[in-house]
Amino acid sequence: MYQDADPRISSIEPQPIVPSHEAQLERSISTLLQCGVWLSSLIVLIGGVLYLMRHGSESVDYRVFRGEPAMYRSLPGIITSMLTGHRRGIIQFGLVVLIATPILRVLLCFIAFLRWRDFTYLTITALVLSGLIYSFVGAYF
Amino acid sequence: MNILEFSLLVWFGSFVAGFLGALTGLGGGVVLVPLLTSVFGIDIRYAIGASLVSVIATSSGAASTYIKQGFTNLRIGMFLEVATVIGALIGALMATFVSVKMLSIVLAITLLYSAYLAQQPRSEFCDTETIDPLAAQLHLNGTCPTPNGAIAYEARSVSTGFSIMVIAGALSGLLGIGSGGFKVLAMDQAMKLPFKVSTTTSNFMIGVTAAASAGVYLARGYIDPGLSMPVMLGVFPGALLGAKVLVGAKTQLLRILFSVVLVVMALKMVYNSLAGGV
Repeated sequence: MYQDADPRISSIEPQPIVPSHEAQLERSISTLLQCGVWLSSLIVLIGGVLYLMRHGSESVDYRVFRGEPAMYRSLPGIITSMLTGHRRGIIQFGLVVLIATPILRVLLCFIAFLRWRDFTYLTITALVLSGLIYSFVGAYF
Repeated sequence: MNILEFSLLVWFGSFVAGFLGALTGLGGGVVLVPLLTSVFGIDIRYAIGASLVSVIATSSGAASTYIKQGFTNLRIGMFLEVATVIGALIGALMATFVSVKMLSIVLAITLLYSAYLAQQPRSEFCDTETIDPLAAQLHLNGTCPTPNGAIAYEARSVSTGFSIMVIAGALSGLLGIGSGGFKVLAMDQAMKLPFKVSTTTSNFMIGVTAAASAGVYLARGYIDPGLSMPVMLGVFPGALLGAKVLVGAKTQLLRILFSVVLVVMALKMVYNSLAGGV
């Protein structure tokens, strides 16, 4: 389908690859991913130290699957549990930041291609983004 | 074993998983799931949740080094992500009427054959005879840094690569593992990209694939903070180290490592389907 779409677009507006765009996108993606993963590690580390300080000497039990309590299963629940001082809530919030990082990366690319009017890649990132949204909406509804 | 000791051991295992995952482009899950289930006796659902966290951490942790060094082909990554998303949707639809047991055996054979294929010597930067017009249209061609400076490469059989990626997306969606392995193979074997470009681009993509299923696993309560904490904190530095090592590593060694991991993965799949596990 892209084969049909591309020549038509390029006849209206030529799409040469602009090296500065490419380099700019590479830089912002790289910065975004780095910030996301460092921020998330920091939050998980803080939550983890607090969690180990209180529960470190208890025994481990992951043999039987019970599922997480409802408050650790959705973003609003995680935020509430974190604000009410649950140490595991802090860890869980850090993990949510981690999961959000690649999604924000796709969003960043989408915005970049929109600005540069690169319609082929705009379609491509839009498809990926809608797939991601679909899976998240499907998970909760 | 108390939680502190347990966390330290899982931290160390995750560090190794992140290192191997970043180096091979497979993500940490391949190592982590068997480790957590068979060594620590953790329920498979908690292990899958933690493995998902490890895949995203490996991907995001190593990506920035790979992008800065110029290995990752962002456009190929973004283009093929569409295929994996379509594949994942097909996989979800198929899940109700496909025998997972049969599928795992077929897949294991494919993996073993691929491990063999990955060892076949071929030139990384071949002559430009069979140029794919689609690759030019989508700006998929690029350059890859080598000890002798950056060398240009071209993507072959883009549509074949795309189709394999759809199948790979569907299969990994059905079986829950192996998405990184097929991503590397589609790029390495079908599109004939240099090996380091294939693994680093796969590494770039697996974060999005994992994030797509993360919502489902979080909602089902598979992601446990107490278990994911040492996993996340171990995988991330492991991935950073793996990324540093890949830059200077010999491609031949990486291929061997990749094949070994594939063989182990295949054997594990056969074992699981025969033992009736997940």
